[in-house]
Amino acid sequence: MRVIVVGAGEVGSSIAADLSSDHEVTVVDIDGGQVESISYGEDVLGVEGDGSDVETLEEAGIEETDMLIASTNDDRTNIVTCGTASVFDDVFTIARVKSPQYLRTWERGSRVFGADFMVCTDLLAAETITGVIGLATAQDVDTFADGAVQMAEFEIPAESPVAGQTVEEADRFDSLTFAAILRGDSIIIPRGETRIEADDDVIVIGSPESTRAFSAAIAPEQSGPKDIVIVGGSEVGYQTAKLLEARGFSPRFVEHDPDRARWLAEKLPKTTVMQNDATDREFLDREHVGTADVLISTLENDQQNLLACLLAEQLGVDRTIAVVDTVQFADIFEAVGVDVAVSPREATAGEITRFTRGRRAENVALIEGNRAEVLEFEVDEDSDAVGCTIRALAGELPDDVVFGAITREETLITPRGDTMLAAGDHVVVFASASAIDAVTGVL
Amino acid sequence: MSLLSLGSGGGIRVEWRTSVALTGRVLKYLAVPLCVPLVVALLYGDDILTFAVAVVATFLLGFALEQLDPDPDLGAREALLMVALTWLAVAVVGTLPYLIAGMGTDSTLAQPVNALFESMSGFTTTGATVMGNISFEQHSHALLLWRQLTQWLGGMGIVVLAIAILPELSVGGAQLMDAEAPGPGIEKLTPRIAETARVLWLVYAGITALEIVLLFVFHLVGLAPAMDNLVAGTDHAAAAYNAVAHGLTTMPTGGFSPEARSIEAFSAAVQWLIIPFMFAAGVNFALTWRLLSGEPRALLDDIEFRAYSGIVGVFSVVLATLLFTGGADVGPGALDFYSGIAGDIEASLRHAVFQTLAMVTTTGYASIDFNAWSQPLKYLLLFAMFIGGSAGSTGGGIKIVRWIVIIKSVKRELFTSIHPEAVSPVRLGGNAIDERAVRGIQAFTLVYMLCFGFGAALLMLDAARVGLDLSAFEGIAAAASTVGNVGPGFGRLGPMGFYEFFPVPSKLLMTFLMWIGRLEIIPVLVLLTSSYWRS
Repeated sequence: MRVIVVGAGEVGSSIAADLSSDHEVTVVDIDGGQVESISYGEDVLGVEGDGSDVETLEEAGIEETDMLIASTNDDRTNIVTCGTASVFDDVFTIARVKSPQYLRTWERGSRVFGADFMVCTDLLAAETITGVIGLATAQDVDTFADGAVQMAEFEIPAESPVAGQTVEEADRFDSLTFAAILRGDSIIIPRGETRIEADDDVIVIGSPESTRAFSAAIAPEQSGPKDIVIVGGSEVGYQTAKLLEARGFSPRFVEHDPDRARWLAEKLPKTTVMQNDATDREFLDREHVGTADVLISTLENDQQNLLACLLAEQLGVDRTIAVVDTVQFADIFEAVGVDVAVSPREATAGEITRFTRGRRAENVALIEGNRAEVLEFEVDEDSDAVGCTIRALAGELPDDVVFGAITREETLITPRGDTMLAAGDHVVVFASASAIDAVTGVL
Repeated sequence: MSLLSLGSGGGIRVEWRTSVALTGRVLKYLAVPLCVPLVVALLYGDDILTFAVAVVATFLLGFALEQLDPDPDLGAREALLMVALTWLAVAVVGTLPYLIAGMGTDSTLAQPVNALFESMSGFTTTGATVMGNISFEQHSHALLLWRQLTQWLGGMGIVVLAIAILPELSVGGAQLMDAEAPGPGIEKLTPRIAETARVLWLVYAGITALEIVLLFVFHLVGLAPAMDNLVAGTDHAAAAYNAVAHGLTTMPTGGFSPEARSIEAFSAAVQWLIIPFMFAAGVNFALTWRLLSGEPRALLDDIEFRAYSGIVGVFSVVLATLLFTGGADVGPGALDFYSGIAGDIEASLRHAVFQTLAMVTTTGYASIDFNAWSQPLKYLLLFAMFIGGSAGSTGGGIKIVRWIVIIKSVKRELFTSIHPEAVSPVRLGGNAIDERAVRGIQAFTLVYMLCFGFGAALLMLDAARVGLDLSAFEGIAAAASTVGNVGPGFGRLGPMGFYEFFPVPSKLLMTFLMWIGRLEIIPVLVLLTSSYWRS
């Protein structure tokens, strides 16, 4: 496949690098220096110019291209670029936007702005944050089949009752599948007798209720968060508060700018907005921020987020979540004590990459970088899989593929060996990186 | 001080000639409704000279004032002045029929101050009267209808009516309506302000017509036996006259009645019929319009409408319970008629709902002489006067939406005293209200209470000056009733009483209170500041 990536910033470069191993990638950027550095650094072709200019796109070979990804830092440029590219019929266009307003518009029609797919950075980050909050012990959460199926990754603490149990003992939930255990660098496909150890990352797939129940089983003393504090009224912070309100939470929100604080207070009826500096120790004490279950830091820059989270930890907040702009900092954040670091750019790059990679798949979640994926497929009427049992299909596939969940007419079916697939089923599958092609081939 | 320099013209930044000229134009058109009693006089064979003279004089005065500025260009400041002047001018011109008809008779309205009080009370839909003897023996059918008609014209607003009719007012129209319409801010129902004004008047006139028809139908089917025996014999014409007369003063929350005993004179069925119309008069007409155009949710979701219904409901239940258990009884001296309510569910409920609505919406009708009720019930009714109707209704008072905002902003004060950094907007429904609007509402309510307090104090002082025995309760009720455009008070000012016995300065003060109360005070007070005129 031939792909054009417009914008050679952090997200664009990351996508280009991910795709370059399997596809022919051309990177377009207005900044000659950026183009030069990426075309030397990665196996891609660089074109200098304005991506929203039809001549630049022609120079980049748009006529023979299958897909265009508009991923500059400017929403409008990306939208206009998709609009320009839509002049050429066979190009599948993807736009990256920061502001949710464009996504909401895009969702209203088909191929609005000439974009076939749209990824909203801030909303994606907010969704990731709320997903992590919903499950007190989860490190990563993704939903499939319109919310009927949830994938969650849990790190098992040493003091957890689950640590030391076998999968058979731990699996007391009807509609939950233990898809994989990540131990160090290896991926273990669990059997009934596999023992779960402390510090394992366990990946489960199942109904949202069962993942929540498992989350509670890992840490029984944590009854789920009630008191949530958000610091920093950025778009991600606002979107997170909005999603939390929709889930019945009444978070507290700290924003230093008076106008922005007023705006937030007007838009978020269930949230208590306070106007102050998020690192004002005396203020945090007075408002008892230390008693909060979760603190989410969505401030302007990474340093402030790190500081706010460390301060919160010191005050006694149970769990801290920080937004990290610079992708490489995420690991450092988690190393120094931030419980979860969410990188909007990484999430966006991941979303776009997985979308391009598994266009056959309806939905994809990446596990621990690129080590494994959870994919959702819809079974076509003319697919060979129709009428096959899970056992028969599994026989055709490598060992590190696990059938996590099936939804049929919006009800969840926990896959067993003798479950038979029907047309229209949505199948959620865990697969390690090496097995993905095989899975895509069969389903 | 500012008025001294009016003549020089140099320091004045307000084109007062424009305002006066446009006021003249409105006056000119006031000659049209003045023709209605003229026609009535013809029908009844009454003296037609009174209204013929009034029509011509009004037209000529309007025409003369119009010449001050042949090409009026209305700005924001001129709009404020025009609204205040128009209401004053209309009230002054409205005295003409009273004065002319009263000439040479012993009518209390022959005195200019009384006539002005009556006229202002009419146009501002207050309903307080100084008419000594409300009867057809003393006054013509035409004159008593004119009294009703002034309330109907003032209800939805004379300036709103002018906007609906006069194209030259459409540009500054939004400001004009804002200054005149009850409640904080106006809701444009259509992109064009003249169209909005027309829609409001259409709804208003439509509901009025419905009430008139229903009242007459009640007469035809025999549910309103008392409505046609005002004059000798029983005929349809008298019933029709009464139907029109009361239709004209329900929707504007006016309260005038050509019957000296107000609605008490009519049957229980008629009282029940008037109840829903008083209720409708207290609802925002913009909401009524949306209900009629097929959006019932707009009404049910409106927080002010819900609060209004709730307040009316709670008040009625409390009042009904007190009446039912004998709370209205004032001791052994009470008339049997009033004691008769106790133990009668229908009568208790009817009088409770009727009197609650009459006070909350500031209509001021009486289904019974509530002045004969026991003191606690009268205090309840006095308290109800301060609630007022909804914003955008024809009701007076402080208005329910303002009370909601004030209660919420007090709650916010309490919350922010614990959490000083909290930013918490005052919400109405789902929407946050601008802080300026919150301040405006707080200021209005404070000024309203000050006007009421000072008004009551000045009335007491003036009464003491001339040796008039005015009780504190009467004084307070008089001030509350006039600034809130309610009408009846208590004691000698009860629903069957009148305001004639006050000394002249008191009557002028109450006329002033009615005027600023109708325009919601602030637009008039602004005219008294020097920065309005100069900078």
